[in-house]
Amino acid sequence: MLTLDQLQPGQVGRIARVDGTDGIACRLREMGFVPGESVRFVAAAPLGDPLKCVIQGSRIALRGSEARRVAIFEIEASQSPDAVGVVAKSIGYATAGP
Amino acid sequence: MTESVGRVVLVGNPNTGKSTLFGVLSGLSVRTANYPGVTIEKKVGRLADVQASVELVDLPGTYSLSPRSPDELVAVEVLTGELPGEPDADLIVCVVNATLLRRNLFLVSQLLELGKPVIVALNMIDSARGRGLSIDCRRLSEHLGVPVFPVSASRREGIEALKEGILTSLRQRPEVKPQRPLPQRFYQLCDEFTERLRGATKVAGVTLPSRYLVERAIIDRDGEAQRQLLRRFPEIGGEGIEAFRKRIEGELAPLSDVECDSRYAWAKRHLEGVLADGGTGSHLPTERLDAILIHRVWGLVIFAALMFLIFQFIYAWSGIPMDAIATAQDFLGERVAAMLPPGTLRSLLIDGVIAGVGSVVIFLPQIAILFLFLAILEDCGYMARTAFLVDRVMGWFGLSGKSFLPLMSSFACAVPGVMATRVIENRRDRFATILIAPFMSCSARLPVYLLMISAFVPATRLLGGMISLNGLVLMAMYLVGVIVAIPTAWLLKRTLLRGEPAPFVLELPEYKLPDARTVLARVWEACLAFLMRAGSLIFCASIVIWAAAYWPGDHSRIYELERQIESAQAPAGTGSAGVEATEAEVANWESELKAVRAQTLEGSLLGRIGHAIEPLVRPLGWDWKIGVGALASFPAREVIIATLGTVYSLGGDVDEESEGLISTLQAARWPDGRAVYNVPVALSIMVFFALCAQCVSTLMVIRRETNSWAWPLLSFVYMTTLAYLGALITFQVASRLFG
Repeated sequence: MLTLDQLQPGQVGRIARVDGTDGIACRLREMGFVPGESVRFVAAAPLGDPLKCVIQGSRIALRGSEARRVAIFEIEASQSPDAVGVVAKSIGYATAGP
Repeated sequence: MTESVGRVVLVGNPNTGKSTLFGVLSGLSVRTANYPGVTIEKKVGRLADVQASVELVDLPGTYSLSPRSPDELVAVEVLTGELPGEPDADLIVCVVNATLLRRNLFLVSQLLELGKPVIVALNMIDSARGRGLSIDCRRLSEHLGVPVFPVSASRREGIEALKEGILTSLRQRPEVKPQRPLPQRFYQLCDEFTERLRGATKVAGVTLPSRYLVERAIIDRDGEAQRQLLRRFPEIGGEGIEAFRKRIEGELAPLSDVECDSRYAWAKRHLEGVLADGGTGSHLPTERLDAILIHRVWGLVIFAALMFLIFQFIYAWSGIPMDAIATAQDFLGERVAAMLPPGTLRSLLIDGVIAGVGSVVIFLPQIAILFLFLAILEDCGYMARTAFLVDRVMGWFGLSGKSFLPLMSSFACAVPGVMATRVIENRRDRFATILIAPFMSCSARLPVYLLMISAFVPATRLLGGMISLNGLVLMAMYLVGVIVAIPTAWLLKRTLLRGEPAPFVLELPEYKLPDARTVLARVWEACLAFLMRAGSLIFCASIVIWAAAYWPGDHSRIYELERQIESAQAPAGTGSAGVEATEAEVANWESELKAVRAQTLEGSLLGRIGHAIEPLVRPLGWDWKIGVGALASFPAREVIIATLGTVYSLGGDVDEESEGLISTLQAARWPDGRAVYNVPVALSIMVFFALCAQCVSTLMVIRRETNSWAWPLLSFVYMTTLAYLGALITFQVASRLFG
């Protein structure tokens, strides 16, 4: 099973569980990392750690070691408008009307 | 003064604008202190502009009431009314971020379990509306069973209604039935457990914790509530509680899952029909800014530029007020000198009291400016980003990104740096940061470095003139502190401050314009806390050192000379000019005065101690005069220059650039004719000053921030030891290299 730290920037995953009963696990749950919730990985810090993600509408920074506790069971289609834009640009796709 | 009608406690998640709301509600009546025995700040104010007198208490921001440290337990006990010496809370105001309603209800669900009157202040309602969220407050209030007030603290909207609501609730004192968001069976089992404890209370003669804390002791494995319960009922044992947990988990599910599933389900239920998302591109401005501000290149460039600018400003702006304070100090000294004849009282007033007050007040400009910047960074949302950007680097020595700004600030001055560690909520990380902050070379060390370098380090240029040796040595001195701080932090985190690793799970709040009132209130609080708490102690310490340098000793010759000089310098015709003296005579008296002063200092308690410790400082390459200088500068390291001026009988008015002092030091000789100072001695002095805890202000601020004498004492002992060892190694190695 994937963990949160393995997502690519812009990818959205659905949380399966958060491992542990210690302070870190408790904090993650209090801040919205609960099973069934969608989480989007936005970007890593310049030195690769910590990671920024969005959950329940709030931006949370957490370390890779903490993100490894968050198991993801499903990756949803990327919802990031930026990522879509980047892909569209890279394949030379001009933004057309609906 | 009207009679107090009650006590209101403000609680809420971080980044809900709680501090701003507290400031708006309480006006300027805020006092800060610490709760006894812990380091959490107790912020108390009064509800402003209302007829009744209502006490307002602000608790630190928290995501839950699941205490994992003694500090967090105190915060919960303030709410449950169990903290000894603290009156019970009559009303809890929960500040909720309207844009993150669902997550914030986690805390609300815990508060409603306490069985106390609760009011929900739905803050940041303007941003919620701005992004198309519409919240049905009436329905939310019906669902929760408590009043809900939409407010915008930053725009001062809804404040009057909230105040009215607070007063109404305090007058009515509604009966509140605790809510039960967790499964019924859980509460049944907990009641069973409580009955067992109740049986044991009579035997043990202890009181039962509140129902809420007993439940926490069961839910939170190895949490602080469990530790508290075991302290009161040691016979139950950790296994006893664990066995009971297993029983509950056998019937239900793992407890942590039970709690979070139930609470989020509870939140979802209570939000039904409350929240309508118009969905207008939520928080795009913040995401756009973040794309630049935490970008792997631009983020770092902007960050570095910002830090550079802040420190430029601290140096540039604090110079003027600091000079003004020094001028005011001189002016006051002169006024006193003009009014009092030379004597003990005059010396006490000028060298003890005025110099003592001056040594406190001189820190204020730096504190004010630094906290101005910190408060702006924090209030606009950038502070969390700085922690995000540098966390990896700080992690290498066991700290987190949150330690960066306090440590950086300590390069200007450790006093505001230590005070700034309050942003680190984990106690062990915070203490480790406090303990290494004084190793950062503060601005008071610079004069010492400059004096020693300009006197003894040859102005050689290296690499074809590109690098000056002087600059290199100066940089090395700044590095010495950092190099020592890293293993110290690492060691502390593995010994004294060992424990469960602190989560670095940090909310990156939405960017916003800083609120002027909140920013100024923080600056004001920081200055006041420093003046009131640390100032009095710094002042006392200055008087003690003055006394040690003054007594024992015969000062009659000094006073006589001072009188002669002063009356000779008094303008003719003032009536006091009893003595006619030529300029040559005055010059003679002045040089005699300096010599007598030096002698008196040598004979004083401080001077005698200096002689007594000479064998101790010899291995560092020092003579007793440097020893006295180092001793006298324990209250404040910049004193060394004035003290060296005094022991070399130059009078007190010297600075690091005075040619007289430099040439005197260069000419100083041991009795056998060798020069006292050479490069190894200068290096050893500089290393000593780089590492030593020569700052009463810092120690007193550490005492205040850690709420204990043990930490400043520890800090003093290990810093002084390291300074001695560092100076010893430096001298021994350098004298072999250059000798």
